[in-house]
Formats: sequence, C-alpha cells, structure tokens
Amino acid sequence: MSVLIDKRTRLVVQGITGREGQFHTKGAIDYGTEVVAGVTPGKAGQKVEGVPVFNTVADAIKETGANASVIFVPPPFAADAILEAVDADLALVVCITEGVPALDMIDVMRVVEGSKTRLVGPNCPGLISPGKAKIGIMPSHIHKEGPVGVVSRSGTLTYEAVYQLSKRDIGQSTCIGIGGDPVIGTTFVDALELFQADAQTEAIIMIGEIGGSAEETAAEYIKAHVTKPVVSFIAGQTAPPGRRMGHAGAIVMGGKGTAADKMATLEAMGVTVVKSPAAMGQRMKDILSS
Amino acid sequence: MNVHEYQAKALLARFGVDTPRGTKVDTVDEALAAAKEFGLPVIVKAQIHAGGRGKGGGVKLAKTEDEVKTIAGEILGMTLVTAQTGPEGKLVRKLLIEEGLNIKEELYVSFLIDRAIGRTICIASAAGGMEIEKVAEETPEKILRVEIDPAIGMRPYQARQLAFGLGLEGDVLKKAVHFLTILYSAFRGLDASQVEINPCLVTQEGDVLALDAKLNLDDAALFRHKDLLELRDTDEESPLEVEASKFGLNYIKLDGNVGCMVNGAGLAMATMDIIKLAGGAPANFLDVGGGANAEQIKNAFRLLISDDQVKAVLINIFGGILRVDRLAEGVIAAVKELDAKIPIVIRAEGTNVELGKKMLAESGLNFVTADSMQEAADKVVAQLGGAA
Repeated sequence: MSVLIDKRTRLVVQGITGREGQFHTKGAIDYGTEVVAGVTPGKAGQKVEGVPVFNTVADAIKETGANASVIFVPPPFAADAILEAVDADLALVVCITEGVPALDMIDVMRVVEGSKTRLVGPNCPGLISPGKAKIGIMPSHIHKEGPVGVVSRSGTLTYEAVYQLSKRDIGQSTCIGIGGDPVIGTTFVDALELFQADAQTEAIIMIGEIGGSAEETAAEYIKAHVTKPVVSFIAGQTAPPGRRMGHAGAIVMGGKGTAADKMATLEAMGVTVVKSPAAMGQRMKDILSS
Repeated sequence: MNVHEYQAKALLARFGVDTPRGTKVDTVDEALAAAKEFGLPVIVKAQIHAGGRGKGGGVKLAKTEDEVKTIAGEILGMTLVTAQTGPEGKLVRKLLIEEGLNIKEELYVSFLIDRAIGRTICIASAAGGMEIEKVAEETPEKILRVEIDPAIGMRPYQARQLAFGLGLEGDVLKKAVHFLTILYSAFRGLDASQVEINPCLVTQEGDVLALDAKLNLDDAALFRHKDLLELRDTDEESPLEVEASKFGLNYIKLDGNVGCMVNGAGLAMATMDIIKLAGGAPANFLDVGGGANAEQIKNAFRLLISDDQVKAVLINIFGGILRVDRLAEGVIAAVKELDAKIPIVIRAEGTNVELGKKMLAESGLNFVTADSMQEAADKVVAQLGGAA
C-alpha cells in the first residue's frame, strides 16, 4: 500500500524551470514518478525534461489531471505557490523550499486547515514510497521497498536511517520528511496516523530533534493509538541551550524542548528510544525479527 | 536576528508603542549629556544581546550627575556575565540612558509563535519583571494567553480579556488594550519571531510603556526588511560565526576539540551526539547545507580548523543534492592549500560516492575514511588518543 504517494500519483512541479526544479524533475522521472506538468508563471508552452509547462496550477490540472504538487520556488514566493496549489484543490502539496518566513506559514496554515489539501513541509526533503514514486530531493538509490515507515524532521538524518535499514535488507513503505521549521503542514501525529492505518507498514522509525513539543505530542498519540512498534532517535543531545541549531525550529528555550526530556517522554509511552544515531537500523532489525 | 534593546524600542515606537525617553550612548560624556537632557534620575542600561542584565549588574539607577559618570564608567567596558551569556560574559560597548519613571505596576507581555498550533499567541502576566519561565513553573495560574487568528488579527475583545485578567481598570485598561493591539501590529509588521516586553510598565500617572523590550526578527523574512539588516551587531556574535555567515554556512562554536563538518542540520546534531557517545567532544555545529559546492566546502574547512581548540576533524556527508566527488574536491583543495596537519576522518555516502572515495585515496594526503557514522566517531576519537 504505502501512504500518500504511489503509482497513481500524477505530479505537477511548481518552479520547474529553476535549477533545482529541473534537476529534481529529472530525478523523479528517472525513479518512475508520473510527472505530468510543470508550472512557472509566464513560461507556458515550454518543456522541461519533456514535461509541459503551464502558467498556473489550475491550467496544469485541467490539461493533465495532476493530483499532487511539489514546490521548488524561492522563499519569497513559496507561500503564494502553496496557496495556489491549495486553491486548486490538490490532494497533496509538498514544499521543499527552505527559508519560508514563519508568519507566511501561519497565514498559509490558516488556509490549509479546512481545505482538501494535505501539506508536507516546508523545508523538507519530501517523501518517497520505494518502488512506486518519489516526490522530493532524497537520493533514490538508498531506498528499498518494505515494511518500515520513516518520519523525520531532518533530511540527511532520514537518509542515514534509510541507509541503515536498507543495508540490513529492511525496506521502507514510505519515508516522510516533515521538515525542520517551526510551522509545518503534516506533523508527526499525522504521519503516525497514516502509518498505523497502512497495511504495508509493520513498524515505524520516528526521528525527532530538539525544540518545540512535537515529539511529546507524538508520544502521547503513540500510546493511545499506535499498535505498531516505534523506534525513535532525537538529535541534539549535545546542543547548547538558546542556540538555533541550523533548523529554524531546533532551539532549546527556557529549559524546554531538550533531547533528554523528549527521550524520557517517548520511552515512558512505550517507544524504543536509541541514544546513538548509528543504532536506528539495528534496533529496528532486532524488533522485526523478534 | 537579535537586536539591542535601544534598537527594539525604536522599531516598536514606529508602530506607536510607548517607551521611556532614552538615547543610546557610547561614552561617559554622552551619558552625562543624556542625563542632563532627560533630568535626573536616569537608568543606565548595558546594551548586550542577552537577558538577565539587571541581576548581573548591568542596569543601575543614577540619581546624581556624579553617579551617572561613575555608573556609566563602570558598566561601559565591563564584561557582563548573566544567566544567558555563559560564564565568559559579554563586553559592554554601549549604554542606553533612560528617564526614570514612577512605577506603579510591572506587567509581562509577549507575542510569539506557538508551534504546536501554528499560530501567534499573546502571553501576559501580572508578575512582570521576573523570568516568565519561572512564573510559568511556580504560579502557572498567573499566565494568561490568547491565540490569534491570522486572518482577523488581534481583536479588541482579546486584548480586553487580557487587560481585565491583569486586574487593570478604567483609563489604564484602555491604554493597555491599545498597547497590546499595536504591539501585535509591530510583531506582524516587523516579521518578528518574538517580542517580549518585560516589564511592561504602568506608571503612577497611569501610562503604559515598554520599560524593556526584547525583539527577535525572523531571519527568513529579512528579504522584505532590507532596512533592518543594518541593525545587526556583529560585535555580539563570535568572530567565527560572523565569518561563517559570509559564506552562507551555519556554524555554532562549542567547547570540544573534534571539529565537525556535516550536511544537514539534523545529521549535524546527530554527529555531535555520536562523537560525545564515542567519548569525544564536538568543537562546533557546522551545516554546509544541501547545495554546497567545492568552494563552499573549502571555506567551511578553513573555518573549522581556524579554531585552535580543534585537534581532529570529522566530516560526515550524506549526499542527496551534494555530490561526494564535489566534497572530495573541496576537502583535498583545502587541506593542500592550508597545509593542514591534524587528522581528518571522512565518512561520505550518496551520489557519486565511489568517485569521491577514489579521489580521496589518490590525493596523496592522509585521510582516514569510514563506512559508517559509528566507525567515523570511533576513529576520530582514537585519533585523539582515546577519550577527549
């Protein structure tokens, strides 16, 4: 099964004529994703990697039947691009763009709530259902189809987890990068709900980091609703308080949001917490083979 | 981006937020001139990017001209240590001289983003002048909060709800409602990630003012506030961090001796964590980003080893967009150019990894390569001769 994306996904790339958009369009096509359209205002009629370009998302949907979008437009225009996709009723919108202003995202989420759209990101690597489709910037070749759902706030750390799994011959159902920003669309809880309901997913890896309380909220949700085993790692155990560790969301404030707190809460709710990022794959293997 | 108190107050004043009369000064003579202008007593306030200044001796009342001179002289040039500066403290280079006011009440007001709900919230408390975290912990009933719908902004009834909750009435209540409403406009207008007024002052005359102001601006929104860029004070940042920002690198100095260079913030934090678990101590957080090129890798490496504390380097790259051959090219060039002698452990995976590894092996330089994070962490700690 997998979640959110599969062989039925028909993708429109917003910002397809930009360097990033173009590069990752090729990556998606090479992986077998059905990329049906691109959007760059004022460039309708062009083709990128054989994909027709339209002026608006609405045009792209009308002509190609696109049902999902990925956004590569620069930060000042990213919020507008998301809103355009939401207005066109796309079921899934994935915003890769890093550096979207937080207040822009607050406005965007006001519109996303109550709409027909699920937003993933911004500032995320996207998602991949190995063997079926990919929407995003992750290196495809490390993935392998299988039973583990992966959800993470970090990009490269997700690759690390996937790599550890695939090396042990454990595949993934879907890997979702939810992004490292303070205000995001899809949350840990949303992803956990999807994985719990998905027949292909037998176990879940959840990778969190310092800052905010999303991991704590997820822990409570897991205790109440998730019957599949969850392995978790929290990045930033050595991070100093008050400093923003790269991600706009990764900051320990007033003693809140520390890795130690998050790990303790997750453990108390029945999650298998690994201290070392190198242990994610092996712990999952132990759990699946027990 | 953080700004100084005097800058924050000037920005808030643009939106009509009331603040005490005051001026930023760089010398004792200027401090005296300001005191003469406002009339005694005045408050002498150290301007550094950290809270807790009062407790650290950086905020003092001066009742006479002699006191202004003595106090300004003491605080200017002092290394101020507060709960937020770390033990090394911060050098005070400027002061804010402000008129003394007749305090009736000290309140707390702030606007910030609540990540759990994806909304701006306003926090208010009658327990002003104290650390809000402490108030929240010890007397949570004293914390008031409203959530703001971005589509309609802060509504008057919400401001009233807070003002009544703070125990205000009459004219002061009206002024507080106005204060809260325009403070929200300022928060939005400046693209702030947080604005904190602690204390928010009610004077005996019934005025409501921002006695202190802490303002954090959203770096991601600075593209639409070009005029605010000049408020950045690089004296308040570590020199290496300033250097890193020139190259678009995300660098934070720490206390250990293992320099780390990683792509991606999460993996960078995880690498720091595994170094610690292996018995070492990370010297820094350094995220070279997803789209780094050879030149940027070179700059990152130069930065990394310019920290004297760094005795070994761990490079951990998981190439998604970043190609491993580009990484190798950058590191080889940097090591040759800088004639670096310290041990370098490299763990790289991802696009073009075989080519990258071949380039490192054939470079004639002494790199230690590793195939996993664990191996890399163990090897870099071993290079230091065991536990750091």
